[in-house]
Amino acid sequence: MSPTGQSVPRGRILRYTLHERLNHWVAAVSYVYLLLTGLAFWSPWLFWIAVILGGAPVSRMLHPWAGLVFFGSVLYMYKLWAAQMRNTAADRAWWKAVRYYSTNQDDKMPPAGRYNAGQKFLFWGFFWSALFLLLSGVVLWFPEYISWNLRFLRYLAVLIHPAAALLTIGLFMIHLYMGLFAEHGALDSVIHGDVSETFAKRYHPAWYKEIVGGTSTPRK
Amino acid sequence: MSQEALRIQKISGHAGTVPGEGTQREFTVCKLIDTTTCIGCKACEVACMEWNDLPFGETVFDNTYQTMPETRWNYWNLILFNEHEREDGTLMWLMRKNQCMHCAEPGCLAACPSDGAIIQYANGIVDFQQEHCIGCGYCITGCPFNIPKFNPETKRVFKCTLCADRVGEGLEPACIKACPTGCLHFGSKDDMKFLAEGRAKQLRDHYNFPNAGVYDPQGVGGTGVIYVLHDANQPELYGGLPKDPHVPWTVKLWKGPLKWLGNVAMIGGLIGLFVHYLSFGPKDRDEEDVSAGGKKP
Repeated sequence: MSPTGQSVPRGRILRYTLHERLNHWVAAVSYVYLLLTGLAFWSPWLFWIAVILGGAPVSRMLHPWAGLVFFGSVLYMYKLWAAQMRNTAADRAWWKAVRYYSTNQDDKMPPAGRYNAGQKFLFWGFFWSALFLLLSGVVLWFPEYISWNLRFLRYLAVLIHPAAALLTIGLFMIHLYMGLFAEHGALDSVIHGDVSETFAKRYHPAWYKEIVGGTSTPRK
Repeated sequence: MSQEALRIQKISGHAGTVPGEGTQREFTVCKLIDTTTCIGCKACEVACMEWNDLPFGETVFDNTYQTMPETRWNYWNLILFNEHEREDGTLMWLMRKNQCMHCAEPGCLAACPSDGAIIQYANGIVDFQQEHCIGCGYCITGCPFNIPKFNPETKRVFKCTLCADRVGEGLEPACIKACPTGCLHFGSKDDMKFLAEGRAKQLRDHYNFPNAGVYDPQGVGGTGVIYVLHDANQPELYGGLPKDPHVPWTVKLWKGPLKWLGNVAMIGGLIGLFVHYLSFGPKDRDEEDVSAGGKKP
């Protein structure tokens, strides 16, 4: 595994290692399956999604397993990134200036590191939602084994599971928008791993400075 | 009674209109169980298994007159037994035939996500359609009476049908037919209420049960199975019959406000992002070299 934050040939910078990219796509594929089958169970108007994906009984059977895969990849993300996702003073300044960010006036933003405050919010939002989804999901997986005296667990689970899922859907929509539409080069970086110097300078100036300044300690 | 009674008036997980809703005169069927004349003979339990061709299962002896702790996916009708000591020191053996209550507003149906897996006929019978069941078990959570039971082998949920097949042909449910004491009655909801109230009055006036009454809980819109109890103030004595059953509030919140809020938020979010893109576009429109092509040779 090569460390991130290193210059690679042709004036490009390595942003995501192979492990980070692989894990991202495991999470992405499992999440999209969970999202589609979950939406089918969420509303009768979307039940047809489950029919397309092999029938609702199949969706019911595979949804929990896909959930385990997704949670596993979120745990690995925690191992990879939790240390880099800590809230800093720069992040608080970033949130104060977020209106410039959302109106594409990035030059007025305080310089972001490898991850800006919005990306950190996405990470922690997904992490905590995944935890609540797992806990409530286990209850919903085996409702018949929850005894009548512990039925409050089921009552809680049917509320927590969709609420946490809705939160992730909001985060996911913004994540897709940023990666596919707002920042060209972002999708490429999570496939091939590298970004242009201009990309790094523009969106993560503090991170870029660290790398070219040579003060960077290779991250694991 | 004709097949008209089996027109459907409520469907689980259904997006369109409901075929049978409001197409006929109101005629709701009802089972009346008079716990004061039940002797706990289990004829109804056997009749239920016979008519519905349910496979035999092991019984559980616990030193009482109860066949097993609770109903099973293949045992829909169970007489619950309780030895109750009254204030004057005398004992009462309380027997309550337990099965699906066929709620007017069924929690199982409200919680079910699968189109047509749970239906309510125009005659009030709530029925599970196993071929449409996806095995999620949400009905188990929606039910305030602990009735739907999961079959781990087929991954489907089962419960009492109120013998919808018999009722549709103008017959009474199998349990009613088997009862030797006449503590079970079957007919229209109005008739059964009338009969039950009369019996409760008799118990109050002539049998020294001043709290006798009828159990027809309004929290679930009334039920298609009603009880006459010696003490209507303490239904819990009868094998844990809930005093004021409701569909769990979290299920209502989930299927009501949360669903609306979630749908509005999701659609609003999509529209918002689209409008944002039209307003501001990508972040790097003026800088061609930021894009993936970058400085590649």
